[in-house]
Amino acid sequence: METLSGLAYIVASVLFILAIKGLSHPETSRRGNRFGMIGMAIAIVTTLFLPQVQSYWLIALGIAIGGAIGTVTALRIQMTSLPQLVAAFHSLVGLAAVFVAMAAFFAPDAYGIGTRGNIHAGSLVEMALGTAIGAITFTGSIIAFAKLQGLVSGKPLTFKFQHLLNAALGGLLVLLIIWMAAGNSTAAFWLIIIVSLALGVLLIIPIGGADMPVVVSMLNSYSGWAAAGIGFTLANTLLIIVGALVGSSGAILSYIMCKGMNRSFLNVILGGFGGEAAGASAYSSGDKTVKPGSAEDAAFIMKNAGSVIIVPGYGMAVAQAQHALREMADVLKKEGVDVKYAIHPVAGRMPGHMNVLLAEANVPYDEVFELEDINRDFAQADVAFVIGANDITNPSAKNDPSSPIYGMPILDVEKAKTVLFVKRSMGSGYAGIDNPLFFGNNTMMLFGDAKKMVEQILKAIH
Amino acid sequence: MSNDIVGELANLSQSLKFGAQRLDALSAEMGQIAVQAASNAGHGNDFFIIALTVLVLAVFVGYHVVWSVTPALHSPLMAVTNAVSSVIVVGALIAAGPTGFGFAKILGFLAVILASINIFGGFIVTWRMLSMFKKKTR
Repeated sequence: METLSGLAYIVASVLFILAIKGLSHPETSRRGNRFGMIGMAIAIVTTLFLPQVQSYWLIALGIAIGGAIGTVTALRIQMTSLPQLVAAFHSLVGLAAVFVAMAAFFAPDAYGIGTRGNIHAGSLVEMALGTAIGAITFTGSIIAFAKLQGLVSGKPLTFKFQHLLNAALGGLLVLLIIWMAAGNSTAAFWLIIIVSLALGVLLIIPIGGADMPVVVSMLNSYSGWAAAGIGFTLANTLLIIVGALVGSSGAILSYIMCKGMNRSFLNVILGGFGGEAAGASAYSSGDKTVKPGSAEDAAFIMKNAGSVIIVPGYGMAVAQAQHALREMADVLKKEGVDVKYAIHPVAGRMPGHMNVLLAEANVPYDEVFELEDINRDFAQADVAFVIGANDITNPSAKNDPSSPIYGMPILDVEKAKTVLFVKRSMGSGYAGIDNPLFFGNNTMMLFGDAKKMVEQILKAIH
Repeated sequence: MSNDIVGELANLSQSLKFGAQRLDALSAEMGQIAVQAASNAGHGNDFFIIALTVLVLAVFVGYHVVWSVTPALHSPLMAVTNAVSSVIVVGALIAAGPTGFGFAKILGFLAVILASINIFGGFIVTWRMLSMFKKKTR
């Protein structure tokens, strides 16, 4: 029986790997997702046949309740709220890991790792690590969720000795784990949970709203490592393999996001960035003036253009402008204009957020390009249409070494013949810095709500 | 601002030094624990090495597979890895499985609910996202 379940777990592991591999292309991705579902089904059914599992009614009830909640949530959620949903889901994995570790601690005989109060020290260390990472994931994801959902301010919350406090708690955690492993101490186990829960909150509160792509990826990674830790405790290779897959996936995504902002992972994690975002509100700053334009002007320019590159940002998501935007692109295409979309790696609030929103609005994925694939085309483009994005187009990143975002890869929209900037006001972006592009000779500012502005342009083109 | 940082760094290095001293004392203790653990773990130790091997190899597989994912599908990647990490349900099922009733069984039950939300929610939301990615029709 043990060999059989072991084999089934290997099959499930391979299916999970194929599920991720399928995502290398949209065409194979749907099949990959099915592989993932089958893998999960195999894992669950195999476990249900294990000799330790005798009573089924509670399990059936749990799956029914959880399945119903999950299904309804996933079907109802709006695609703009995706980052919050993913953060919320991460918190559940973290909490589940804590519960499983607790169950293993209080009933170790079910898992064959000793008896109550007499668990091997090695298992205890693994259990403690899984618990700690799980608890940090749980509260950290809740804070990330609250920030993304707007329940708390997206501004970084910093106070004196913050990093010192975190370091001290981290050190305390190590001591507690040793105490627990040395003495099978129940008190130490509870303290580990409490300290980790607190640490999860403290680690995420200093990180600002627009850095959430990194945070969500990082928590994704943590939830994987928590699963791997539990896998060690339960001597279950499936959990270890999956944990490592998810852990490395999240880590790579965090890396890509940090690179997209030219900031070190540590710089993002220590937080405090973008705190003093002062809204510069004047239409002119010094001797520079901006050219505000109307929807009719924009319609005229784009209608007569040969090629238009659309640059969406988080503002498009907030205004839910993606559908109107696609309609506008359709009309332009009918007029013979070549329309493409350019996506910056950190546009939006989670990796790939803009791609999903455009796909939702029925934009074909072969019209959507990543930064390195399209950046050269701006020089030949007639119009760059920036909607709800700011910092990712800021030329200071290239030519002003004193700028906080200096060195960050940006979309070269300023090279287009005309830059149309849809924006609510002259307020600065997340980084709290002026964008010299606003004052450029070839820039026209279109002030207003992204969705309303696009709808007006659409009307004017007709 | 920069003075603050310098001050804080000084504080930090102080506390790190203190921590290092504590760690020294602890590592001696840990050594004893490790010896103890090795003596009473028996076969558990063998599994640890196997498990570590599996972990390291799986990280490599993960590294290569994830870099092959197209950036356009990074959101679905996140949702599907989230669903997949709910395989922790395996541990929850074992906790909720025994006959009789106890604290561990309740914990197992709660963990089954949480993991199931994730499994169903994660795969369904991934499916919803992926079904939207379409090619040009013309």
